[in-house]
Amino acid sequence: MKPVNAVITKIVDETPTTRTFFFDTSFESIPGQFVMVWVRGVDEIPMALSYENAITVQKVGPATTALFELEECDSFGIRGPFGNGFELRSEHILLVAGGVGAAPLAPFAEKASLSDIAVTTLLGAKTKGELLFSERFEAAGKLLVATDDGTEGKHGYVTQLLAGIKNYSQIYCCGPEIMMKRVLDMVVPANAQFSLHRYIKCGLGVCGACCIDGLRVCKDGPVFSGDILKMSDFGVYRRDECGRQVKL
Amino acid sequence: MLSLTLAGLELRNPIMLAAGIMGTTGESLKRIAESGAGAVVTKSVGIEPKAGHSNPSMIEVDCGYLNAMGLPNPSYKNFQDEIDEAKKGGVPVIASIFGGCSLDFSEIAGALQADAFELNVSCPHAHGYGAEIGTDPDIVEDVTRAVKSSTKVPVWVKLTPNVTDIKSIGLAAQRGGADAVVAINTIRGMAIDIESGYPILGNKFGGLSGRAIKPVAIKCVYDLYDVLDIPVIGVGGISDWKDAIEFIMAGARAVEIGSAVGNNINIFSEISSCMEAFLEEKEWTLDEIYGMAHEV
Repeated sequence: MKPVNAVITKIVDETPTTRTFFFDTSFESIPGQFVMVWVRGVDEIPMALSYENAITVQKVGPATTALFELEECDSFGIRGPFGNGFELRSEHILLVAGGVGAAPLAPFAEKASLSDIAVTTLLGAKTKGELLFSERFEAAGKLLVATDDGTEGKHGYVTQLLAGIKNYSQIYCCGPEIMMKRVLDMVVPANAQFSLHRYIKCGLGVCGACCIDGLRVCKDGPVFSGDILKMSDFGVYRRDECGRQVKL
Repeated sequence: MLSLTLAGLELRNPIMLAAGIMGTTGESLKRIAESGAGAVVTKSVGIEPKAGHSNPSMIEVDCGYLNAMGLPNPSYKNFQDEIDEAKKGGVPVIASIFGGCSLDFSEIAGALQADAFELNVSCPHAHGYGAEIGTDPDIVEDVTRAVKSSTKVPVWVKLTPNVTDIKSIGLAAQRGGADAVVAINTIRGMAIDIESGYPILGNKFGGLSGRAIKPVAIKCVYDLYDVLDIPVIGVGGISDWKDAIEFIMAGARAVEIGSAVGNNINIFSEISSCMEAFLEEKEWTLDEIYGMAHEV
């Protein structure tokens, strides 16, 4: 498909570094799927849908910086949704979100809560002001918070909260890869799903630029079961735009 | 019943992975090999690491795909490990290589250990590379000869259809000593976003692949088969076993599959088993249908 024109209807500053762009088109998607956001003349990047008609963006590179310069009534192109998404498959679920990794998990928490599934969320961020979507997670179930600097909740990493939680049957995790790797090492791999981030080029499962151990993040993922990742390069290295291995 | 010898390479079947598809990492090439491909061709690698064009680098259009990846690659200097990993898939691994002149090509071919080389003189959207040199028969001959003298393994030359007469380029490759030609690379194309007027691809234009280009590719293979003594490998728009049969009847000794892998990673084994069933039903052999369209 060619990109759909998405006109920005509302911009919300979520934290000092993240901003939600609502647009005039809705996408039916499974939380965890992604869209390719085309900032015309700059680049096209993969983003999670944080609502059916919004993306939540952290300013990190040229494309996201260009996005931050857009205002209401400006537009960008969107293709998607692509990939598989989180598979909802139990009664008591635990979400582990780090930083902007909360973006695909917030709509997932809401979807699960609507299906009467008990949702506990562990939300981590560098500092109190960077905690993303706390209210949405709180409304969907139970919320526990950790901040690196101790300004809110547990002083430390979100993985330190994980140790005390037992009552769940499936874990859903999205955040920095090093954090996700720590989570994977603490849980039963087959009971956990992780949403991966890789450099994505075609987004169509053709070019292979996003491959991790032969698996295409854009087509076979971006959500993978922990037992698949256990035997992979996950948490060890990624690939740059040229396809070179880069240590995480 | 599908096994064959192709320009010195023993293949279990004639259905190979095309260059630029799942070909950056050894693991992904191995996955394709294990899924039934007769051989795999790597992503094109050059002298220096290259990030490629900005995104969008590939989009789906009504009749196929447009892409302008821009030859992203880690450089041949970082690629032997990937080839070695791909080899674990148990089928020949062909390294696709590109350069700006014959010296580049021979430097790379002289350094990499692969079962064969496929010379990319046909990428339609890389400035100074690919089709910019592959449209000149003299340069194609020169590059082919240079690579032939720097390696002992078979050398294939992948041709661009963006020329007046593809036969003259094929003949140039043959004069240079090529062991086979591969036809065709993508056909130059473009798409524009009517909401904004922006060309959609980051590079503005790119190459068309997929269903739409199959009849063009069939004709190129048909014409090349007529004039060449070396085998022709057919590629362009194959998405099922019937397409593969059609290419072989046009004169392709083997085929490569690209875009269709995106939606069907099991396409290699599916095509092989359907081809076998078809040949059995018709009581034909692979050799008998090879170039059949020229004999009827």
